Amino acid sequence: MLLEVTLSGATLGGMYALVALGLTLQYGVARIMNLSYGELLVAAAFAALWFYTGVAVSPLVGLIVVPPLAFALSFGIYRVLLQPLVRRAKTRDALEVDSILATFGLLFVIQGVMLAIFGGAYFSYSFLAVPLQIAGATVAANRLLALVLAVVIGVGLYLGLTRTRIGTAVRAVAVDPVAAELVAIDVRTASALAFALGGALVAASGVLVSMFLTFNANLGVVFTLKALVVVIMGGVGNLLGALIAGLLLGLVENYVAVFVDPGLTLAATYAIFLIVLLVRPQGILGRASR
Amino acid sequence: MTVRDGLIGVVCLAGVALLAGLPFVVADYGLSLAINIMSYTVLATAWSLFSGPTRYVSLATVAFFGIGAYTTAVFVEALAWPLVLLIAMAVGSVVASLVGLATLRLSGVYFVIFSFGLAELVRQLVTWFEVNKTRTLGRYVFADITAAQIYWQLLALAVLVFAIGFLIGRSRLGLALRAIGDDETVARHSGIDVTRAKVALFVLSTVFMTLTGAIMAPRWTYIDPAIAFNPVVSFTVLIMALLGGVHRLYGPVLGVVPLALLFEYLLARFPNHFSIMVGLVFIVIVYLIPRGVVGLVEDTVRQRTAAKGAA
Repeated sequence: MLLEVTLSGATLGGMYALVALGLTLQYGVARIMNLSYGELLVAAAFAALWFYTGVAVSPLVGLIVVPPLAFALSFGIYRVLLQPLVRRAKTRDALEVDSILATFGLLFVIQGVMLAIFGGAYFSYSFLAVPLQIAGATVAANRLLALVLAVVIGVGLYLGLTRTRIGTAVRAVAVDPVAAELVAIDVRTASALAFALGGALVAASGVLVSMFLTFNANLGVVFTLKALVVVIMGGVGNLLGALIAGLLLGLVENYVAVFVDPGLTLAATYAIFLIVLLVRPQGILGRASR
Repeated sequence: MTVRDGLIGVVCLAGVALLAGLPFVVADYGLSLAINIMSYTVLATAWSLFSGPTRYVSLATVAFFGIGAYTTAVFVEALAWPLVLLIAMAVGSVVASLVGLATLRLSGVYFVIFSFGLAELVRQLVTWFEVNKTRTLGRYVFADITAAQIYWQLLALAVLVFAIGFLIGRSRLGLALRAIGDDETVARHSGIDVTRAKVALFVLSTVFMTLTGAIMAPRWTYIDPAIAFNPVVSFTVLIMALLGGVHRLYGPVLGVVPLALLFEYLLARFPNHFSIMVGLVFIVIVYLIPRGVVGLVEDTVRQRTAAKGAA
């Protein structure tokens, strides 16, 4: 029983970590606090649903098609909607406030579009819903597949950011945009790339989530919130921290849902968030600065 | 007090008297529109009381509004009305103090994130409590309160929020808050207890939101968590305050009146695409009039006088 709960908690946690990785790119590098972040996840989940039930294409194909679309969309959003704000902002705090406001508006636009198309009902589809036995515990194949894919994507991202020139440039911007500019890094392009990459990541998570969770058009806010909590917990801009924090959150949530009450999962999230804010506001692996 | 101040005072009093007479001349639809505008006036002004000077964007308006509404729903049949309002105030301030003490010590972004999910958290907790403990979801609000009485209570609340906002602007607390908004580090170094000032003002501003919710609850006759904690309310309040301008006390009203009318029209005309429209309106405001109508007027006037001075 405990093993089963831990396994399904780990799949959920893996999803949270992946979702948070994208957000930490957007916030840590592009300095955009994106409140419409979770809406893209739900949109990708709907896209996967449509692929599977509408044209009978596997979500695994969706996983190849949807993220590039989200990448392009996010790139466009950054260039058209957010770059004017970056240019207008005098300080980092001013940009933070402006981006919060603009993306808050965007949240309602995207959510409104999805509500108009799909309504408020819950959706799910059955893909690989077969039980597997692992060390005596039962776990659904779709959950396990999602976890494996999340790990693959996460490792790929980590290698890309640490072993390539572009990745190093992106990390440099996260540390200090002014110094990055001084060593001839194109901060604007790096920011746009990081923002778009974040969008692609959250879309990939959306496709994975749609394989094993029921979702509706209003769910985006909850995912945004959890991603934000994970990012803060892990330390802003810290990839490894986001990974640990995401897993932790998924496990705690699942334990609470199974052993206490499923209606209290968000309360558990908030309790963890409060503890982090009170004890270690810079995050588990974050440095005490700013 | 100069003659000009006295005149402004007289005009304000006359305005309040005129507004108080409104229920005697308008029909039901007009009154419900007036109630709507009045409640958003209180909410938006209370919002900018805190978020204006400190520049901390609060997304939790509906959390407190909903707490007020639920308090009414629970106690209205058992207790006297003033007692219900007192309880609502108490519950709202306890929640606000907890949130404030946990997040306002830190940089503003933590507060924004916390407030972003607060309404959802309270909604889930209320739902959980109702389902598990009282075994009902949704309550009827039977109160012997007419629409006109609701309107007058809101008007009194609006007068109160303006009076308190006026007094804060002239107090040490107001000065401290403006200093915090300009530069928090400098404020701390000049001996201001930054956290205490922020928490105090946050609690004060949320008391008004809670009371508005408590007063508005009898309008619905039936409430459930989804109605009481509707995130669109937080969003609407934010847009209205921003459109008007948050750095002046009278700013938010200038946003409330046109937008309340516009939303009334949109809701009737495009019920299914309402949130898309509202989102677009909001984005336009953030981009084109970042300092609100008041800021726009002030900037224009300043440019005019500068041009005159140069010529």
